[in-house]
Amino acid sequence: MRYGQLQALTDVTLSVAAGEAVAIIGANGAGKSTLLRTIAGLHRPAAGKIQLDGREITALPAHERVRAGVVQVPEGRRLFPSLTLEENLQIGATRGRAGEWNLSRVYELFPWMPARRHMTTVFLSGGEQQSVAIGRALMANPRILLLDELSLGLAPAVVQRLYALLPDLLESGLGVLLVEQDVTQALRISGHAHCLLEGRITLSGRPADLAPADVEAAYFGFERRGRRG
Amino acid sequence: MSWVNAVVQGILLGGLYALFACGLSLMFGVMKVVNLAHGDFAVLAAYLALVIVSGFEVPILWSVLLVAPLFGLVGYVVQRFIIQRSLDVSPLTTLLVTFGLSIVIQNALLEAASANSESLQSGILASGSFQVAGLHVGYLSVLIFVTATAVIVGLQLFLSRTSLGRQLRAASDDQETASSVGVNVRHVFGVAAGIAFGTVALAGVAFGMYSSFDPAAGPQRLIFAFEAVVIGGMGSLWGTLLGGIVLGLAQVLGSQIDPGFGVLAGHIVFLAVLAFRPSGLIPQVAQAAQ
Repeated sequence: MRYGQLQALTDVTLSVAAGEAVAIIGANGAGKSTLLRTIAGLHRPAAGKIQLDGREITALPAHERVRAGVVQVPEGRRLFPSLTLEENLQIGATRGRAGEWNLSRVYELFPWMPARRHMTTVFLSGGEQQSVAIGRALMANPRILLLDELSLGLAPAVVQRLYALLPDLLESGLGVLLVEQDVTQALRISGHAHCLLEGRITLSGRPADLAPADVEAAYFGFERRGRRG
Repeated sequence: MSWVNAVVQGILLGGLYALFACGLSLMFGVMKVVNLAHGDFAVLAAYLALVIVSGFEVPILWSVLLVAPLFGLVGYVVQRFIIQRSLDVSPLTTLLVTFGLSIVIQNALLEAASANSESLQSGILASGSFQVAGLHVGYLSVLIFVTATAVIVGLQLFLSRTSLGRQLRAASDDQETASSVGVNVRHVFGVAAGIAFGTVALAGVAFGMYSSFDPAAGPQRLIFAFEAVVIGGMGSLWGTLLGGIVLGLAQVLGSQIDPGFGVLAGHIVFLAVLAFRPSGLIPQVAQAAQ
């Protein structure tokens, strides 16, 4: 699984392998969300290519990318208020691929859900809403999952619990590209990280190889350093 | 005409208004499109039924079987190739575009037919009636009321129980997120318009059997649909049924007081709702299907 030559921002090139989590970190306005939204098909890049398994998907509209296996968990959850919890999950399967994920699998993952499946999601807590958004994305049986600011507005303990789901998902061969402001969290769970500053990648590498001082510099842009990794 | 009779007739007339208004309500509820050509499409459907009835000499109800699906197709095409394009520009553009469609239809009908008023003859259905507890109830108005109720119940079930209905509600909530979870928003909007136009065809034929029509009759009728939708609550189908009934009741009870007061009474109730309960009797947009 590979994304090449995505130049919607500026010279951003990255790839995600099956079973790998890749993190994009960076400050507000660095272009992280734009990058994810472009991959999801919500922005058309001015130039560059997006490939999935060698097949170019740059021209596919968002709903067709879901069928191809690219599914996004949007920033701020974006659940549908006029749908019940269960309907919010079901809608994820509208153009989904065949696979192991279905309602009962999602309910296994989040055992609190069945009791409230006929309720609207408006009154759920932030962490519960985020779980529904993740479940909705999984229902499509994605090849690659795009996680946009999973931690936004959630308590640290809740964020921990959500990210704890990730290893099992990766184990099943899913690729994950995540955008995160919480750098520590992102570096802990990813196998590869890119730091984005003003639309450019300022630092890339395996989290273990990145020195905190370098990350800080790349994140805030105090001083320009050469690309690593 | 007793008061009890007036109430019954008013409720039945409300069925016609509800049938006519539910397409408008659906398009507003899902796409936030106010279709100003709604009335003209209804008149167009009546003319089409007239052509079919006189051309093939089939009973009027049979013509509906042809006109309604045909209008469904027209609705899909009009939404995808005309209304959607204007929606992409701005919501106000849809007003201009549908207003333009309204004028085009009126003039095309004037050219193709004539300014003479026509009516759909449905024989015994229109003139026949049965008696219940001393009241004369017309077959036609009962048929229209039952049709209206069935259409609205059917639409509600479609919206709340089917996958396509779910996609429609999701697209109505948040187009961008809907497309990012796999909903083809333009297609489902086309389907919604197709359904709305199908109901417009039913209402147009029903109106044509109820009273005479001419190429310019659309806008006058559109007012009744608007009133039913606003009285009931924008975007709520149950509200539209209730709104139609309230409007029908107001009109019939009004003319019971004075024969010239009927239509005005309907307008007064409409204005009163706008003034004192602007979100309608059943106010809800997002939860339309619950």
